[in-house]
Amino acid sequence: MSNTNAEISLFDAAILRRAMGQAVLKLNPRGLMRNPVIFVTALTSLLVTILVLRDAAIGAPNLAIGVQVAIWLWFTVLFANFAEAIAEGRGKARADAFRATRSTTRAKVLMDPARRDIVVPRDAAALVEGDVILVETGDVVPTDGEVIEGVASVDESAITGESAPVIRESGGDRSSLTGGTRLVSDWLVVKVTAAPGNTFLDRMIALVEGAKRAKTPNEIALDILLAALTLVFLFVVVSLPIFAIWSGTQIPVIYLAALFITLIPTTIGGLLSAIGIAGMDRLVKANVIAKSGRAVEAAGDIDVLLLDKTGTITFGNRMADAFEPVSGVSEQQLAEAAYLASLSDDTPEGKSIVELAARRFQPRIEAAKGASFVPFTAQTRMSGVDLADGTAIRKGASDAMLRYAGAALDPALDQIIRRIASSGGTPLVVAEDTRILGVVHLKDVVKPGIRDRFAELRKMGIRTVMITGDNPLTAAAIAAEAGVDDFLAEATPERKLELIRAEQAEGRLVAMCGDGSNDAPALAQADVGVAMNSGTPAAKEAGNLVDLDSDPTKLIEIVLVGKQLLISRGALTTFSIANDVAKYFAILPALFVAAYPGLKVLDVMGLGTPTSAILSALIFNALVIVTLISVALRGVRYRPSSASALLSRNLAIYGLGGLIAPFIGIKLIDLLVDLLHLA
Amino acid sequence: MTSDLMQFALYCAVLVAVAVPLGAYMAKIYAGVPGVLVAIERPIFRLAGIDPHKEQTWQAYALAMLAFNAVGFALLFAILKFQDLLPFNPQHLPGLSAHLAFNTAISFVTNTNWQSYGGETTMSYLSQMVGLTTQNFVSAATGMAVAAGVARGLAARQKKTIGNFWADMTRSTLYILLPAAIVLTLVLVWQGVPQTLSPNAVATTLEGTQQTIAVGPVASQIAIKQLGTNGGGFFNVNSAHPFENPTAISNFLEMLSILVISAAFCFTFGRMVGDKRQGRALFAAMGVLFVLGFAGLYASEIATNPLHAPYVAAGSGNMEGKEVRFGIGNSALWIEATTAASNGSVNAMIDSFNPLGGMIAMVNIELGEVVFGGVGVGLTGMLLLVIVTVFLAGLMVGRTPEYLGKKIEAREIKLAALTLLIMPIGVLALSALAIVTGNAHGSVQDAGPHGLTELLYAYSSATGNNGSAFAGFSANVDWHNAWLGVAMLFARFGYIVPILAIAGSLGAKKTAPASSGTFPTHGPLFVTLLVVTILIVGALTFLPVLALGPIAEQVSIAAGQSF
Repeated sequence: MSNTNAEISLFDAAILRRAMGQAVLKLNPRGLMRNPVIFVTALTSLLVTILVLRDAAIGAPNLAIGVQVAIWLWFTVLFANFAEAIAEGRGKARADAFRATRSTTRAKVLMDPARRDIVVPRDAAALVEGDVILVETGDVVPTDGEVIEGVASVDESAITGESAPVIRESGGDRSSLTGGTRLVSDWLVVKVTAAPGNTFLDRMIALVEGAKRAKTPNEIALDILLAALTLVFLFVVVSLPIFAIWSGTQIPVIYLAALFITLIPTTIGGLLSAIGIAGMDRLVKANVIAKSGRAVEAAGDIDVLLLDKTGTITFGNRMADAFEPVSGVSEQQLAEAAYLASLSDDTPEGKSIVELAARRFQPRIEAAKGASFVPFTAQTRMSGVDLADGTAIRKGASDAMLRYAGAALDPALDQIIRRIASSGGTPLVVAEDTRILGVVHLKDVVKPGIRDRFAELRKMGIRTVMITGDNPLTAAAIAAEAGVDDFLAEATPERKLELIRAEQAEGRLVAMCGDGSNDAPALAQADVGVAMNSGTPAAKEAGNLVDLDSDPTKLIEIVLVGKQLLISRGALTTFSIANDVAKYFAILPALFVAAYPGLKVLDVMGLGTPTSAILSALIFNALVIVTLISVALRGVRYRPSSASALLSRNLAIYGLGGLIAPFIGIKLIDLLVDLLHLA
Repeated sequence: MTSDLMQFALYCAVLVAVAVPLGAYMAKIYAGVPGVLVAIERPIFRLAGIDPHKEQTWQAYALAMLAFNAVGFALLFAILKFQDLLPFNPQHLPGLSAHLAFNTAISFVTNTNWQSYGGETTMSYLSQMVGLTTQNFVSAATGMAVAAGVARGLAARQKKTIGNFWADMTRSTLYILLPAAIVLTLVLVWQGVPQTLSPNAVATTLEGTQQTIAVGPVASQIAIKQLGTNGGGFFNVNSAHPFENPTAISNFLEMLSILVISAAFCFTFGRMVGDKRQGRALFAAMGVLFVLGFAGLYASEIATNPLHAPYVAAGSGNMEGKEVRFGIGNSALWIEATTAASNGSVNAMIDSFNPLGGMIAMVNIELGEVVFGGVGVGLTGMLLLVIVTVFLAGLMVGRTPEYLGKKIEAREIKLAALTLLIMPIGVLALSALAIVTGNAHGSVQDAGPHGLTELLYAYSSATGNNGSAFAGFSANVDWHNAWLGVAMLFARFGYIVPILAIAGSLGAKKTAPASSGTFPTHGPLFVTLLVVTILIVGALTFLPVLALGPIAEQVSIAAGQSF
């Protein structure tokens, strides 16, 4: 994948240009109707335009101000459209990158899955679910499917950006094949699992483009509230001229329209969909595909994170941590023996022993000259080296080594082994010929920084639970070291599912990640299930998010993206509503000062003239949408902290800021309007 | 001034001191009546065929409430319309006109107690005692039952039921309103409030003219009109009348009883949802708005009306329409309490307050009667605004907004948002309608902005189910009797039914345990947020029309202009 996760500049010139065109095209009423606030704004603009045209026809006075009000009303609508178009444009840019990987390949359909020699070529788009196809070296996989026969290495870089090919084979957890990837060796017989146009890639493209974007539950609720506020202000504005007539003054409809539009929450109304699209975009940038916007929102609500120990909390490889010799053996002696035994051992454990020994002592490499390596076998359960001088060095699990050495368990050795095991480590016994030298302490190494990560999550009110197949003793030790809140030891898919259900029964929302077919029920049960892209089709089907990098740590990032999305929405809503105070103080005195000159006292901003006040408030209202596009797209800055801390911070910025900013903004615009004699 | 403020402080202190234990007691009553009391209620339930243990869904609860109120309305309408044919009518007062009976029946059933009539010259003793006083009890008990049901819904964990309306309503009357009213009645009688079934006394004055001195079963009605946030006085001038409110002690106790049950409901709520901090936060928010309101009212009234300045002693404040015996402090405090609490009883004439003072009284109502508000419904009205606040600002902590562990989603927001429309429709749309149909000018006493305020106040009072009147507005005409009636009905049930629906919907949801990631709905930050949201969402809606009414009047008279 060339640039799906590349940074797209916030104001990419090409996207901006296209968005400007789109903003006009989006005036189509059918599209506008999806957004009640902006739809009402457009209707009001239309009404004012008609009135201005009528005024022009009959040569009414004050035409200039009417024209300007109409223009700024339309700008309000256009700016909102523009915001949405930019967000969509950025999504489209990513989608194009995805689309480039999809070629118009022809699939080789097997009429009889048993006969690989009879293939019928068919257009990839014409494949239906259940078709069986053959994919050979160099072929691009035409669609999503499940491997039913064969083993092959597949280049998935088109989807994941990871250049190293991966193995795909029938049965087990590596049987899923994604359309758009390329076979680099061998062949596979594949059963098509996705209907045309509904492959993983298709869904991904549709999603990032925002084309099929359904409103999320929270967005719907917010829309309802914004619509209700709009209605409230409609009653205010429609009844106002009647009260004005009582008071012996008349308010031109054009001014009422201006008041109406500045009061209704156009800021959040205009930016709402941009915020949603941008949230999705941030997820795609992190190489995660959400099957729905709902999943992203739910991620923000997560109370419990179930994290697999291996790969998320620890590196997943046991690493040598210490050499513990038995009495009569020096540490260096043990280290050197272990070093020699591991020199040709390619496993991560072996490499880590070599590295540790080399770092601590400078072992003699010349002793290895002419040595022959004895690999690990399932029968002996040990590996080692036979040196040129005939010395045999072996390392392995304690029971295997004791059998090898034919020795009884020495109490001192037993103590060392027990201590290591109880601390969560793995003891690796080393023997020279039949003499046991000591134990290498292999440790599950906790990823650096993960502890702080969990502390952050705890601050956010999220509980972390480590899932591991280890025994409770080992699990407890690692859990304590990593700083997780809880752990599930000797985990099986069933126990995982039980745990999720138990947490949910207490009202908590649970997130987890998984890849195997046996993870599917748990993934489906979890409120947020992140399937690894390397996983089985069943797992990917069950999860509501797919991580293309197959990195279980991503779960934490997904939660943050979800939270940031909700915070952005809330912050801009608060800002939008807080803005109303200043707008009232700008427009009301302007409307009423003719009837009651004393009402000049409400004009706290000291605006130039009544008309300039109305125009300035309207201009401010329109410009604030443009100004906040970058906030909507980037998301409100978010550092993990407790809800109270977040609330005070965001209230200070967007609540208090929303109260104060328009007083300053409207005043400045008014000065400019007066300077240019616009009103 | 110092003594006024000390009285205010004393009032607040006594209010808290009484409301906290009362709230705890009420929580016990709603949780299930203690054994000894069962003997009192059992025969009533048996007679009525009610199983108080049978839980109702919110729909059944609401339906029972609506049915009960509908029957109450029909009965009261009949009593008023035909009081001339019924006993206990020593003054031989005629039956009420249909539109007045309609307006009055709605007014008392909805706990508004708007009075388009003068009590002593319109209502027979039977109408007052059997008709109006009954509704004074049960309309209050209805509101209290609603609050109990709502609190149960919010406390419920995946439960479909919210209690039994009949049991809640009966117990509210039996164990809360009735004992309190009896005690207060006796105290008032001791203070000199009449309680008699004799006809009015007729006295011959020194000038030799005959003067009728109205008496009647006054004390019992005053007690419940205060306690149940009803406000409908026995006499036309309400608690400014020396027989309704004879002494400083009666004045203090009557003011206290306006707010005490509504305030106690905050604490009841905290206990019922199992988190006392939640109740305290609501009380604090109401308290802040109350203190702000009083401060504004008091500041307005200690200032002399600029137009009167040449004729009154400097520093005497605005005494027009106030009883000298109560003075500015007690008048301002009463008006603040009565408009904050949807009570509507008065001991001074709001019409004669300085324009900004009158405006504050009106704004108290226009906030939706949530500053303590009506008994029970003040709390539920506040909860609706809490839901809106939590939804607006709650997103800022990065979670789907929650209140008490319940997710606020589209359904709840739809219902809460509906209630945001009630005040603008009832006040703005109906007042404007009265103007354009030509029904406003004839009813207002004053021209210019003050007349507009009189009109707005009437519709605010009806929509807010307050019932206090800006004297000077003649409401007893077909148009206003009908539309004010509609406003009362629409607003009363327009708030109650949605909040019951919300309670039902939230009760069925899972309760997420609180964590450090949960939006805190207690503590000073939330209280501030709630107060500001109420002011922005509630008060700003009315700023334009307030600018044309009281604000315009204030700036005009300051400039020496009268209308």
